[in-house]
Amino acid sequence: MTAATREIGNVTVIDLDGRITLGDGSALLRDLIRENLSKGHNKLVLNLAAVSYLDSTGLGELVSGYRLVKSGGGELKLLHLNKKVSDLLQVTKLYTVFDIHNDESQAVASF
Amino acid sequence: MSSKPQRIEIVLETVIDSIALAEEMSVRLAAAAGFNEDDQYRIGLAVHESVMNAYQYGNEQKREKKIHVVFELSHEKMAIRVTDQGTGFRVEEVPDPRMDENMLGETGRGVLLMRAFMDEFDVLVRQGGGAEVIMAKRYKTQ
Repeated sequence: MTAATREIGNVTVIDLDGRITLGDGSALLRDLIRENLSKGHNKLVLNLAAVSYLDSTGLGELVSGYRLVKSGGGELKLLHLNKKVSDLLQVTKLYTVFDIHNDESQAVASF
Repeated sequence: MSSKPQRIEIVLETVIDSIALAEEMSVRLAAAAGFNEDDQYRIGLAVHESVMNAYQYGNEQKREKKIHVVFELSHEKMAIRVTDQGTGFRVEEVPDPRMDENMLGETGRGVLLMRAFMDEFDVLVRQGGGAEVIMAKRYKTQ
């Protein structure tokens, strides 16, 4: 998995590309969230448009990231879920946890 | 695909690359068996989850242990058995991550996904030790 980070005002958008699974993908996601928090960036949007595959470890990292950001007074939101990722969040009921957006400007404005 | 039942048995090393390898093999077999792309993905993800559990929890990432995967293609369904060399686990003791108290927890989503994506799912504790995950996807009737 690869990632790129953009700042839009005081919101950080993290563009993820590839598979978020046990191993490199999930570890990279964990590191990115922690790195941004360490810089004081606690308004995070994970752009999942280019995420092709997610396993239960990847879901766990999304949840861990959500908890970590929230515990520090911030928010972590999800953007551009494809059908497979959306189905996984439905099956696991995680769609009730995350604030999910289909439009980036709305996601950024929602903080 | 032949109408005769077919059995394919593989032995995987307990290394992280075995997860994607098993997933890819199961997707290709599912395609050859005539499953559509959605079901190929579901079968692949279920195998991915079970081999990942075998790697991480069953065999505790110990390279000297093996993961056995058996694919059985019959006229009715594609059945998959994934066996590790750990101590086994009781699937009824795996927390349901959809419950409010577990929603932000660490465990249980792999089993949930396997149950959701396959038509049949069970976990046996083998007599000699180890967990055996048994799953199946039935062919859709016209």
